Amino acid sequence: MAKLFPTASQTIGPFFHHGLDRPGWEDLTTEGPLGQTILLEGRIVDGDGQPLGDALIEIWQANAAGRYAHPEDKQAKPLDPRFRGFGRVKTAKDGTYRFTTIKPGAVPGRGNAMQAPHINMTIFARGLLRHLVTRVYFADESANGTDPVLNSIENAAARRTLVAQANGGTPPSYRFDIVLQGKGETVFFDV
Amino acid sequence: MSDPIGYRREQPDRQPPYLHPAYGSTVKRAPSRAPVRIVATLSEVTGPSFSKDGWNGPDAADLIHHHEAEPQGQRIILAGRVLDEDGRPVPSTLLELWQCNSAGRYHHEGDQHDAPLDPNFHGGGHVVTGADGGYRFLTIKPGAYPWRNQHNAWRPAHIHFSVFGPAFATRLITQMYFPGDPLLPLDPIFNATADEEARHRLISTYDHSLSEPEYALGYRFDIVLRGRNATPMES
Ligand SMILES: [Fe+3]
Repeated sequence: MAKLFPTASQTIGPFFHHGLDRPGWEDLTTEGPLGQTILLEGRIVDGDGQPLGDALIEIWQANAAGRYAHPEDKQAKPLDPRFRGFGRVKTAKDGTYRFTTIKPGAVPGRGNAMQAPHINMTIFARGLLRHLVTRVYFADESANGTDPVLNSIENAAARRTLVAQANGGTPPSYRFDIVLQGKGETVFFDV
Repeated sequence: MSDPIGYRREQPDRQPPYLHPAYGSTVKRAPSRAPVRIVATLSEVTGPSFSKDGWNGPDAADLIHHHEAEPQGQRIILAGRVLDEDGRPVPSTLLELWQCNSAGRYHHEGDQHDAPLDPNFHGGGHVVTGADGGYRFLTIKPGAYPWRNQHNAWRPAHIHFSVFGPAFATRLITQMYFPGDPLLPLDPIFNATADEEARHRLISTYDHSLSEPEYALGYRFDIVLRGRNATPMES
Protein backbone atom coordinates (compact mmCIF):
# COMPACT_ATOMS: atom_id res chain seq x y z
CA MET A 1 0.00 0.00 0.00
CA ALA A 2 1.41 3.32 -1.03
CA LYS A 3 2.23 5.70 1.81
CA LEU A 4 2.73 8.70 -0.43
CA PHE A 5 1.51 9.87 -3.80
CA PRO A 6 3.42 11.43 -6.66
CA THR A 7 4.30 15.10 -6.65
CA ALA A 8 2.08 17.08 -9.03
CA SER A 9 3.59 18.06 -12.36
CA GLN A 10 3.93 21.74 -13.27
CA THR A 11 4.79 23.39 -16.56
CA ILE A 12 8.41 23.76 -17.60
CA GLY A 13 7.63 27.40 -18.47
CA PRO A 14 9.40 29.38 -21.19
CA PHE A 15 12.68 30.10 -19.36
CA PHE A 16 14.18 26.68 -18.62
CA HIS A 17 17.42 27.11 -20.54
CA HIS A 18 19.81 27.76 -17.66
CA GLY A 19 18.58 24.60 -15.99
CA LEU A 20 18.02 22.20 -18.86
CA ASP A 21 19.75 23.35 -22.04
CA ARG A 22 22.79 21.07 -22.35
CA PRO A 23 24.59 21.75 -25.61
CA GLY A 24 25.56 18.46 -27.24
CA TRP A 25 22.76 16.37 -25.76
CA GLU A 26 20.93 16.44 -29.10
CA ASP A 27 23.65 14.21 -30.57
CA LEU A 28 23.56 10.62 -29.27
CA THR A 29 26.39 9.49 -31.58
CA THR A 30 29.35 11.44 -30.20
CA GLU A 31 30.95 8.32 -28.70
CA GLY A 32 30.66 6.35 -31.95
CA PRO A 33 27.92 3.80 -31.24
CA LEU A 34 27.20 0.76 -33.40
CA GLY A 35 24.37 1.03 -35.88
CA GLN A 36 23.14 3.33 -38.58
CA THR A 37 23.41 7.03 -37.86
CA ILE A 38 20.19 8.89 -38.62
CA LEU A 39 18.73 12.34 -38.18
CA LEU A 40 15.40 12.60 -36.40
CA GLU A 41 13.88 15.97 -37.13
CA GLY A 42 10.61 17.81 -37.39
CA ARG A 43 8.50 20.68 -36.21
CA ILE A 44 6.05 21.06 -33.36
CA VAL A 45 2.90 23.16 -33.67
CA ASP A 46 -0.15 24.04 -31.56
CA GLY A 47 -3.88 23.92 -32.33
CA ASP A 48 -3.60 27.00 -34.56
CA GLY A 49 -0.63 25.59 -36.47
CA GLN A 50 1.66 28.04 -34.70
CA PRO A 51 5.18 26.72 -34.05
CA LEU A 52 6.31 26.07 -30.48
CA GLY A 53 9.56 27.98 -30.22
CA ASP A 54 9.88 27.26 -26.51
CA ALA A 55 9.51 23.48 -26.19
CA LEU A 56 11.98 20.88 -24.92
CA ILE A 57 12.03 17.39 -26.42
CA GLU A 58 13.70 14.32 -24.92
CA ILE A 59 14.20 10.88 -26.45
CA TRP A 60 14.97 7.48 -24.94
CA GLN A 61 15.77 4.48 -27.10
CA ALA A 62 17.35 1.06 -27.38
CA ASN A 63 20.74 0.49 -29.02
CA ALA A 64 21.22 -0.93 -32.52
CA ALA A 65 20.84 -4.48 -31.19
CA GLY A 66 17.55 -3.64 -29.52
CA ARG A 67 18.66 -3.42 -25.89
CA TYR A 68 18.15 -0.54 -23.46
CA ALA A 69 21.12 0.64 -21.37
CA HIS A 70 19.26 -0.05 -18.13
CA PRO A 71 19.54 -2.80 -15.50
CA GLU A 72 15.96 -3.99 -16.06
CA ASP A 73 16.66 -4.89 -19.67
CA LYS A 74 18.14 -8.37 -19.18
CA GLN A 75 17.87 -9.55 -22.80
CA ALA A 76 20.69 -11.71 -24.13
CA LYS A 77 21.80 -8.99 -26.54
CA PRO A 78 24.96 -6.89 -26.40
CA LEU A 79 25.06 -3.59 -24.57
CA ASP A 80 26.89 -0.85 -26.46
CA PRO A 81 29.17 1.05 -24.08
CA ARG A 82 29.26 3.86 -26.65
CA PHE A 83 25.51 4.40 -26.57
CA ARG A 84 23.51 5.85 -23.66
CA GLY A 85 20.17 6.07 -25.42
CA PHE A 86 19.10 9.46 -24.09
CA GLY A 87 18.91 12.81 -25.87
CA ARG A 88 17.47 16.27 -25.27
CA VAL A 89 17.01 19.30 -27.49
CA LYS A 90 15.16 22.60 -27.31
CA THR A 91 13.10 23.70 -30.30
CA ALA A 92 14.25 26.62 -32.44
CA LYS A 93 12.09 29.74 -32.76
CA ASP A 94 10.38 28.22 -35.80
CA GLY A 95 9.37 25.14 -33.79
CA THR A 96 11.89 22.81 -35.42
CA TYR A 97 14.13 20.31 -33.68
CA ARG A 98 16.79 17.83 -34.75
CA PHE A 99 18.48 14.87 -33.08
CA THR A 100 21.42 12.90 -34.42
CA THR A 101 21.10 9.31 -33.23
CA ILE A 102 21.13 5.71 -34.47
CA LYS A 103 18.25 3.60 -35.61
CA PRO A 104 17.22 1.44 -32.66
CA GLY A 105 16.82 -2.33 -32.88
CA ALA A 106 13.56 -4.04 -32.01
CA VAL A 107 12.68 -4.77 -28.37
CA PRO A 108 10.04 -7.20 -27.10
CA GLY A 109 6.64 -6.09 -25.91
CA ARG A 110 4.09 -7.84 -23.70
CA GLY A 111 4.01 -11.61 -23.88
CA ASN A 112 7.23 -11.54 -25.94
CA ALA A 113 5.37 -10.16 -28.95
CA MET A 114 8.00 -8.19 -30.86
CA GLN A 115 7.66 -4.43 -31.06
CA ALA A 116 8.76 -2.56 -34.16
CA PRO A 117 11.84 -0.34 -33.72
CA HIS A 118 10.78 2.90 -32.06
CA ILE A 119 12.05 5.88 -30.10
CA ASN A 120 10.25 7.04 -26.95
CA MET A 121 9.69 10.79 -26.90
CA THR A 122 8.77 13.29 -24.17
CA ILE A 123 7.58 16.85 -24.89
CA PHE A 124 7.67 19.71 -22.40
CA ALA A 125 6.51 23.29 -23.00
CA ARG A 126 4.89 26.36 -21.57
CA GLY A 127 1.17 25.61 -21.51
CA LEU A 128 1.73 21.90 -20.85
CA LEU A 129 1.04 21.41 -17.15
CA ARG A 130 2.14 17.80 -17.66
CA HIS A 131 4.56 16.55 -20.26
CA LEU A 132 3.36 14.62 -23.30
CA VAL A 133 4.66 11.19 -24.30
CA THR A 134 4.67 9.72 -27.78
CA ARG A 135 6.52 7.11 -29.84
CA VAL A 136 8.42 7.54 -33.09
CA TYR A 137 8.19 4.59 -35.50
CA PHE A 138 9.96 4.41 -38.87
CA ALA A 139 8.08 4.28 -42.19
CA ASP A 140 10.54 1.81 -43.73
CA GLU A 141 10.12 -0.90 -41.07
CA SER A 142 7.92 -3.83 -42.11
CA ALA A 143 7.54 -4.77 -38.42
CA ASN A 144 5.20 -1.79 -38.03
CA GLY A 145 2.45 -4.03 -39.38
CA THR A 146 2.53 -6.20 -36.27
CA ASP A 147 3.58 -3.75 -33.55
CA PRO A 148 1.08 -4.13 -30.66
CA VAL A 149 1.15 -0.50 -29.52
CA LEU A 150 1.02 1.03 -33.00
CA ASN A 151 -1.81 -1.26 -34.04
CA SER A 152 -3.79 -0.55 -30.89
CA ILE A 153 -4.54 2.79 -32.61
CA GLU A 154 -7.48 1.83 -34.80
CA ASN A 155 -7.82 5.05 -36.77
CA ALA A 156 -5.34 4.84 -39.68
CA ALA A 157 -4.77 8.61 -39.89
CA ALA A 158 -4.08 8.80 -36.16
CA ARG A 159 -1.75 5.80 -36.41
CA ARG A 160 0.22 7.55 -39.15
CA THR A 161 1.04 10.44 -36.78
CA LEU A 162 3.38 8.00 -35.00
CA VAL A 163 5.40 7.10 -38.11
CA ALA A 164 8.43 9.17 -39.12
CA GLN A 165 8.82 9.53 -42.88
CA ALA A 166 12.13 8.56 -44.49
CA ASN A 167 13.55 11.52 -46.41
CA GLY A 168 16.87 10.07 -47.58
CA GLY A 169 20.06 12.10 -47.33
CA THR A 170 23.37 11.37 -45.66
CA PRO A 171 22.93 10.42 -42.90
CA PRO A 172 19.35 9.41 -43.66
CA SER A 173 16.79 11.80 -42.25
CA TYR A 174 13.46 10.83 -40.70
CA ARG A 175 10.83 13.52 -40.36
CA PHE A 176 8.54 13.45 -37.33
CA ASP A 177 6.24 16.45 -36.94
CA ILE A 178 4.19 16.90 -33.79
CA VAL A 179 0.72 18.47 -33.69
CA LEU A 180 -0.45 19.16 -30.16
CA GLN A 181 -4.10 19.72 -30.97
CA GLY A 182 -6.73 19.54 -33.71
CA LYS A 183 -6.38 18.38 -37.32
CA GLY A 184 -3.59 15.82 -37.54
CA GLU A 185 -3.24 15.72 -33.76
CA THR A 186 -0.39 13.42 -32.76
CA VAL A 187 -1.31 10.35 -30.72
CA PHE A 188 0.01 10.73 -27.17
CA PHE A 189 0.38 7.97 -24.62
CA ASP A 190 -0.28 7.48 -20.94
CA VAL A 191 2.63 5.34 -19.83
CA MET B 1 11.36 -12.89 -20.57
CA SER B 2 8.49 -12.23 -18.20
CA ASP B 3 6.47 -9.07 -18.69
CA PRO B 4 7.78 -6.00 -16.87
CA ILE B 5 5.90 -4.62 -13.89
CA GLY B 6 4.63 -1.14 -14.65
CA TYR B 7 4.32 2.01 -12.59
CA ARG B 8 1.16 2.96 -10.71
CA ARG B 9 -1.36 5.07 -12.56
CA GLU B 10 -1.82 8.63 -11.33
CA GLN B 11 -5.02 9.77 -9.66
CA PRO B 12 -6.48 12.46 -11.94
CA ASP B 13 -7.27 15.04 -9.26
CA ARG B 14 -3.72 14.86 -7.92
CA GLN B 15 -2.22 15.98 -11.22
CA PRO B 16 -3.14 19.06 -13.25
CA PRO B 17 -5.20 18.56 -16.43
CA TYR B 18 -3.86 19.38 -19.89
CA LEU B 19 -6.67 21.86 -20.56
CA HIS B 20 -6.99 24.48 -17.83
CA PRO B 21 -8.48 27.63 -19.39
CA ALA B 22 -7.51 29.83 -16.42
CA TYR B 23 -3.93 29.23 -17.65
CA GLY B 24 -4.30 30.68 -21.14
CA SER B 25 -1.38 28.88 -22.80
CA THR B 26 -3.10 25.52 -22.27
CA VAL B 27 -6.00 26.42 -24.57
CA LYS B 28 -4.16 25.88 -27.86
CA ARG B 29 -1.57 23.43 -26.56
CA ALA B 30 -3.69 20.82 -24.75
CA PRO B 31 -4.40 17.76 -26.91
CA SER B 32 -8.12 17.28 -27.57
CA ARG B 33 -7.95 13.52 -27.03
CA ALA B 34 -7.00 11.75 -23.82
CA PRO B 35 -3.64 9.98 -24.01
CA VAL B 36 -3.80 6.31 -25.01
CA ARG B 37 -2.85 3.99 -22.18
CA ILE B 38 0.15 1.71 -22.78
CA VAL B 39 0.57 -1.39 -20.65
CA ALA B 40 4.22 -1.30 -19.58
CA THR B 41 6.89 -2.76 -21.87
CA LEU B 42 10.66 -2.50 -21.56
CA SER B 43 10.37 0.90 -23.26
CA GLU B 44 8.49 2.41 -20.31
CA VAL B 45 10.22 0.73 -17.36
CA THR B 46 13.74 1.59 -18.50
CA GLY B 47 15.24 5.08 -18.62
CA PRO B 48 18.50 7.01 -18.67
CA SER B 49 21.03 6.42 -15.89
CA PHE B 50 23.08 9.07 -14.14
CA SER B 51 25.95 8.80 -11.71
CA LYS B 52 28.38 11.03 -9.87
CA ASP B 53 31.05 10.82 -12.57
CA GLY B 54 28.54 10.69 -15.40
CA TRP B 55 28.10 12.52 -18.65
CA ASN B 56 25.89 15.11 -16.98
CA GLY B 57 29.09 16.60 -15.53
CA PRO B 58 30.01 17.32 -11.91
CA ASP B 59 27.31 18.45 -9.51
CA ALA B 60 26.43 22.16 -9.69
CA ALA B 61 24.73 22.56 -6.31
CA ASP B 62 26.03 26.05 -5.53
CA LEU B 63 24.26 28.74 -7.56
CA ILE B 64 25.84 31.72 -5.83
CA HIS B 65 29.62 31.38 -6.13
CA HIS B 66 30.07 31.33 -9.92
CA HIS B 67 30.82 34.99 -10.47
CA GLU B 68 33.00 37.79 -9.19
CA ALA B 69 30.55 38.68 -6.48
CA GLU B 70 27.60 36.98 -4.84
CA PRO B 71 24.14 37.64 -6.27
CA GLN B 72 21.71 39.99 -4.59
CA GLY B 73 19.04 38.37 -2.45
CA GLN B 74 18.30 36.20 0.54
CA ARG B 75 20.62 33.17 0.66
CA ILE B 76 18.76 29.90 1.09
CA ILE B 77 19.75 26.29 1.59
CA LEU B 78 17.34 24.06 -0.25
CA ALA B 79 17.38 20.38 0.68
CA GLY B 80 15.18 17.33 0.50
CA ARG B 81 14.86 13.80 -0.77
CA VAL B 82 13.54 12.13 -3.88
CA LEU B 83 11.30 9.21 -2.83
CA ASP B 84 8.88 6.81 -4.47
CA GLU B 85 5.27 6.26 -3.39
CA ASP B 86 6.35 3.60 -0.92
CA GLY B 87 8.71 6.06 0.74
CA ARG B 88 11.82 4.39 -0.66
CA PRO B 89 14.68 6.71 -1.63
CA VAL B 90 15.44 7.23 -5.32
CA PRO B 91 19.26 7.35 -5.43
CA SER B 92 21.63 8.32 -8.25
CA THR B 93 19.06 10.21 -10.26
CA LEU B 94 19.59 13.55 -11.96
CA LEU B 95 17.85 16.55 -10.37
CA GLU B 96 18.05 19.84 -12.26
CA LEU B 97 16.65 23.20 -11.19
CA TRP B 98 16.29 26.74 -12.49
CA GLN B 99 14.87 29.98 -11.19
CA CYS B 100 14.72 33.73 -11.65
CA ASN B 101 16.79 36.19 -9.60
CA SER B 102 15.72 37.92 -6.41
CA ALA B 103 14.09 40.75 -8.38
CA GLY B 104 11.91 38.33 -10.33
CA ARG B 105 13.80 38.21 -13.64
CA TYR B 106 15.22 35.22 -15.49
CA HIS B 107 18.65 35.45 -17.07
CA HIS B 108 17.02 34.74 -20.43
CA GLU B 109 16.69 36.78 -23.60
CA GLY B 110 12.95 36.09 -23.71
CA ASP B 111 12.29 37.58 -20.28
CA GLN B 112 11.42 41.24 -20.85
CA HIS B 113 10.20 42.00 -17.32
CA ASP B 114 11.39 45.47 -16.35
CA ALA B 115 13.30 44.33 -13.27
CA PRO B 116 17.09 44.37 -12.91
CA LEU B 117 19.19 41.53 -14.23
CA ASP B 118 21.82 40.37 -11.78
CA PRO B 119 25.15 39.74 -13.52
CA ASN B 120 26.10 37.44 -10.66
CA PHE B 121 23.16 35.10 -10.98
CA HIS B 122 22.26 32.79 -13.85
CA GLY B 123 19.92 30.56 -11.87
CA GLY B 124 20.64 27.00 -13.02
CA GLY B 125 21.99 23.98 -11.14
CA HIS B 126 21.95 20.19 -11.00
CA VAL B 127 22.94 17.33 -8.71
CA VAL B 128 22.75 13.56 -8.69
CA THR B 129 20.85 12.31 -5.63
CA GLY B 130 22.74 10.43 -2.93
CA ALA B 131 22.14 6.90 -1.63
CA ASP B 132 19.31 8.22 0.58
CA GLY B 133 17.72 10.09 -2.35
CA GLY B 134 18.94 13.33 -0.78
CA TYR B 135 19.96 16.58 -2.43
CA ARG B 136 21.07 20.02 -1.30
CA PHE B 137 21.43 23.33 -3.13
CA LEU B 138 22.73 26.74 -2.07
CA THR B 139 20.93 29.55 -3.87
CA ILE B 140 18.94 32.74 -3.30
CA LYS B 141 15.23 33.15 -2.84
CA PRO B 142 13.64 33.99 -6.21
CA GLY B 143 11.30 36.96 -6.57
CA ALA B 144 7.72 36.99 -7.82
CA TYR B 145 7.33 38.06 -11.44
CA PRO B 146 4.50 39.35 -13.61
CA TRP B 147 3.13 37.43 -16.58
CA ARG B 148 0.45 38.32 -19.07
CA ASN B 149 -1.97 35.50 -18.33
CA GLN B 150 -4.64 37.72 -16.79
CA HIS B 151 -4.90 41.29 -15.48
CA ASN B 152 -2.28 41.98 -12.83
CA ALA B 153 -1.01 38.40 -12.97
CA TRP B 154 2.03 37.56 -10.81
CA ARG B 155 3.65 34.17 -10.39
CA PRO B 156 4.31 33.31 -6.76
CA ALA B 157 8.01 32.85 -5.99
CA HIS B 158 9.01 29.39 -7.25
CA ILE B 159 11.90 27.18 -8.26
CA HIS B 160 11.53 24.79 -11.20
CA PHE B 161 12.65 21.17 -10.64
CA SER B 162 13.31 18.41 -13.15
CA VAL B 163 13.91 14.81 -12.05
CA PHE B 164 14.18 11.49 -13.91
CA GLY B 165 13.77 8.60 -11.48
CA PRO B 166 14.46 5.02 -12.54
CA ALA B 167 12.33 4.81 -15.68
CA PHE B 168 10.93 6.65 -18.70
CA ALA B 169 7.58 6.47 -16.88
CA THR B 170 8.82 8.31 -13.78
CA ARG B 171 9.97 11.52 -15.50
CA LEU B 172 8.72 14.64 -13.69
CA ILE B 173 9.04 18.40 -14.02
CA THR B 174 7.46 20.45 -11.24
CA GLN B 175 7.73 23.73 -9.32
CA MET B 176 8.47 24.34 -5.66
CA TYR B 177 6.79 27.23 -3.86
CA PHE B 178 7.43 29.03 -0.55
CA PRO B 179 5.23 28.88 2.55
CA GLY B 180 2.95 31.83 3.26
CA ASP B 181 3.15 33.33 -0.23
CA PRO B 182 0.05 35.55 -0.67
CA LEU B 183 0.13 34.96 -4.44
CA LEU B 184 -0.52 31.21 -4.19
CA PRO B 185 -4.35 31.43 -4.00
CA LEU B 186 -4.29 33.66 -7.11
CA ASP B 187 -2.01 31.53 -9.31
CA PRO B 188 -3.69 29.50 -12.08
CA ILE B 189 -0.71 27.18 -12.48
CA PHE B 190 -0.51 26.27 -8.79
CA ASN B 191 -4.30 25.95 -8.60
CA ALA B 192 -4.63 23.74 -11.69
CA THR B 193 -4.25 20.68 -9.46
CA ALA B 194 -7.67 19.98 -7.96
CA ASP B 195 -6.62 18.07 -4.86
CA GLU B 196 -5.70 20.44 -2.04
CA GLU B 197 -3.20 18.09 -0.41
CA ALA B 198 -1.46 17.52 -3.75
CA ARG B 199 -1.20 21.28 -4.20
CA HIS B 200 0.18 21.82 -0.76
CA ARG B 201 2.89 19.22 -1.34
CA LEU B 202 4.34 21.71 -3.83
CA ILE B 203 5.03 24.18 -1.01
CA SER B 204 8.40 23.82 0.70
CA THR B 205 8.62 24.03 4.48
CA TYR B 206 10.87 26.35 6.42
CA ASP B 207 13.29 24.13 8.37
CA HIS B 208 15.16 25.93 11.11
CA SER B 209 17.54 23.00 11.60
CA LEU B 210 18.67 23.51 8.00
CA SER B 211 19.30 27.24 8.46
CA GLU B 212 22.89 28.27 9.12
CA PRO B 213 23.62 30.98 11.72
CA GLU B 214 24.70 34.31 10.23
CA TYR B 215 24.42 32.83 6.74
CA ALA B 216 21.30 31.34 5.17
CA LEU B 217 17.71 30.17 5.73
CA GLY B 218 16.78 26.52 5.20
CA TYR B 219 13.86 25.20 3.17
CA ARG B 220 12.95 21.55 2.74
CA PHE B 221 11.23 20.07 -0.30
CA ASP B 222 10.71 16.35 -0.92
CA ILE B 223 9.72 15.02 -4.33
CA VAL B 224 7.71 11.81 -4.73
CA LEU B 225 7.88 9.81 -7.97
CA ARG B 226 5.50 7.10 -9.13
CA GLY B 227 5.92 3.76 -7.38
CA ARG B 228 5.86 0.27 -8.81
CA ASN B 229 2.77 -1.86 -9.13
CA ALA B 230 2.71 -4.87 -6.83
CA THR B 231 1.99 -7.37 -9.62
CA PRO B 232 2.22 -7.36 -13.42
CA MET B 233 -1.57 -7.59 -13.68
CA GLU B 234 -2.00 -4.11 -12.25
CA SER B 235 -0.12 -2.61 -15.17
FE1 LIG C 1 9.15 30.34 -13.60
